[in-house]
Amino acid sequence: MTVDARTSQSADIGTGHVEVERREAGMPTPLVGMLLFIASEVMFFGGLFAAYFNARASVGPGEWHPPAGAHELEMLPIALPLTLVLVASSFTMQFGVWAIRRGDQGAMRTWTAVTLILGIAFLIGQLYDYSILGFGISDGVFGTTFYTLTGFHGAHVFGGTVGLTILLARAMQGQFSARNHVAVEAVSMYWHFVDVVWIALFTTLYILK
Amino acid sequence: MATTTLAPGAGTLSRSWVMDWLTTVDHKKIGILYILNSFLFFFAAGILALVIRSELAVPGLQFLDEATYNQAFTMHGTIMIFLFVVPVLSGFANYIVPLMLGAPDMAFPRINALSFWLLPLGGGLIFSGYLFGGAAAEGWTGYAPLTNARYAQGVGTDLWLIGLTLVGTASILGSVNFIATIFKMRAPGMTLFRMPIFVWTVLVTATLILLATPVLTAGLIALFIDRNYGGSFFDPATGGNPILWQHIFWFFGHPEVYIVILPAMGVVSEILPVFARKPLFGYRAFVFATIGIGLLSFSVWAHHMFTTGQVLLLFFAFMTALIGVPTGVKMFNWMATLWRGSLVFTTPMLFALGFISMFLIGGISGVMLASPPVDFHVQDTYFVVAHLHYVFFGGSVFGVFAATYFWFPKMTGRRLNEGLGKIHFWIHFIGFNLAFFPMHPLGISGMPRRIADYSPDAGFTFWNIVSTVGAFMIAISVLPFLVNVIATLINGERVGDDPWEGNTLEWATTSPPPPYNFDRLPPIRSERPVFDLRHKHDAEHLAADASAPEGGHA
Repeated sequence: MTVDARTSQSADIGTGHVEVERREAGMPTPLVGMLLFIASEVMFFGGLFAAYFNARASVGPGEWHPPAGAHELEMLPIALPLTLVLVASSFTMQFGVWAIRRGDQGAMRTWTAVTLILGIAFLIGQLYDYSILGFGISDGVFGTTFYTLTGFHGAHVFGGTVGLTILLARAMQGQFSARNHVAVEAVSMYWHFVDVVWIALFTTLYILK
Repeated sequence: MATTTLAPGAGTLSRSWVMDWLTTVDHKKIGILYILNSFLFFFAAGILALVIRSELAVPGLQFLDEATYNQAFTMHGTIMIFLFVVPVLSGFANYIVPLMLGAPDMAFPRINALSFWLLPLGGGLIFSGYLFGGAAAEGWTGYAPLTNARYAQGVGTDLWLIGLTLVGTASILGSVNFIATIFKMRAPGMTLFRMPIFVWTVLVTATLILLATPVLTAGLIALFIDRNYGGSFFDPATGGNPILWQHIFWFFGHPEVYIVILPAMGVVSEILPVFARKPLFGYRAFVFATIGIGLLSFSVWAHHMFTTGQVLLLFFAFMTALIGVPTGVKMFNWMATLWRGSLVFTTPMLFALGFISMFLIGGISGVMLASPPVDFHVQDTYFVVAHLHYVFFGGSVFGVFAATYFWFPKMTGRRLNEGLGKIHFWIHFIGFNLAFFPMHPLGISGMPRRIADYSPDAGFTFWNIVSTVGAFMIAISVLPFLVNVIATLINGERVGDDPWEGNTLEWATTSPPPPYNFDRLPPIRSERPVFDLRHKHDAEHLAADASAPEGGHA
């Protein structure tokens, strides 16, 4: 096996002429970066979930309740519809990814815009939910864990909407094509991750009793 | 195959020297910025160490009150660990890893610059507590309930939390970058099992940072919420649990120990073969030992918590003893590498040998502490302080100086003066042992850590005086180092591209390397491509029958 370095990489700095050739096998580097970042985010939420379960395990069975005066967490009328909104947004995001893989820029723009609207709807719904819950972050460990977990999830949804806005702006300028759309793939990975976190949160907060 | 061709003239935008360094995305310049920034924090935290040792030299409060003393040891520990040892090793990794892989730069150069610039910002915030009524004072471990808003009043602790969050974010982004670089940017022929050991240790370290640091971030944020928004995470009065902080902190904190030692082990594993004139003994065993340490490091955290009475003693004692096994494998490999080698005692080699001997002592006291009966006796005494300094200082910091002397010629084209280097080493080595060995008997006789004063009748005075003398010797040893660096930069010996007759790819390019690192790469057929190039005739002879995918070498 002979390796001639010049075929793989050559740099002639003297004339300001730089030529870099790299193997593009496997997953594109930006997606590797996004996956690694998501791994760190999983551990971040893992830490918060651990704190939640630690607090919850310290009280007896059936004694994990909101502070006195506030009513129990209910799936309806807000939490379940919001969950459906966020899950639906994962589908619309993926439709956008499939569209740009086909090179269909128009459909990609539409699906990205729909995803963005669903994301914003989720955030508004969550803020409304906060306003009517009847307890706050300083009302004992129930309130602290509830607002910290849902709040950091909400912050990640907000981060996702920023990413979607940038995607949409770039898509409007026609920057994406079937061959060149790594940013779309990266944002969609992140968006799916945020969705999965919410499903774990929803299950923990509203279903595990 | 994708080809990127920049137009002639691109990249030659003229900028002033200062702007060039402030805005650089070149991994080599960022690496040097990391190293310089880390050494500044090293000197600041070192001065705090001298303050601590001066106060403790003899019984009585000399010139500090307890509150100031608490701030001093908290800042000393926090800065040394988070803003010196971790980032300085990241700095060397930043400079050297792309060169070792034959890559033109890191995978994400701009994120690389971001991860660096968060460090002075975070470190500055942590230190700025001194300007706003007192820095954090709860120890680098920040145990609840000491950090509770009732007991830690003032913004010092909040600034500590914000600063550490930024520093943690910096290392998370840095490790994303390292892992992506190692998996995606290797030159043709650089298979995983031809990567230098240093790259392997950086890969495992980055994985540990990626998975452990976010958990600390979660804890820091939870504590910030407790302190500022009336949260209850760590407050038992409102349903929280102070022991939770210890779990979160040490779930991060124990992998952190390996985060600071693994790259130093990597440095030593690069230096020993060069100056023993032999290949590293047991390359694969070393790689698997490194991976094994990485995996095990996530299952030993509660050995810091034996005395809480809330952890499974047997499990964590067993796992902790187990993690000594891969470490022992490495010790064996290093010994076998030295065995019958043609040893050359240059300064980097001396520091590498210093690392092995001092880290061995730290490792042995670590195994002692892994045993709950011993740990119950010496928990929170100076025995623990001795152990952690033999690991952090005797291990990592010796590794840092070994790396500095070893790669200085690559970064500058000039070799540090060997005479001054040896003076540095010997004062440093003797001072280190004078400073920290006495802490073993002090701890066994019961001197608690984190106290500003002790009774003259306790029998602690003699060893404390010895320790303080040692601390000042370490400080003095830095002077020949600084003189050496400055004198060498001005008028040092120019030594060409490969002064040590190195093995790995960084020695194949010029010193310092050009932008984008390599004008040409030698063929990579083993984990020692530059050695192969130097002994081309032998290498060609071997290549003829090296059909195995891993290649071969003598």
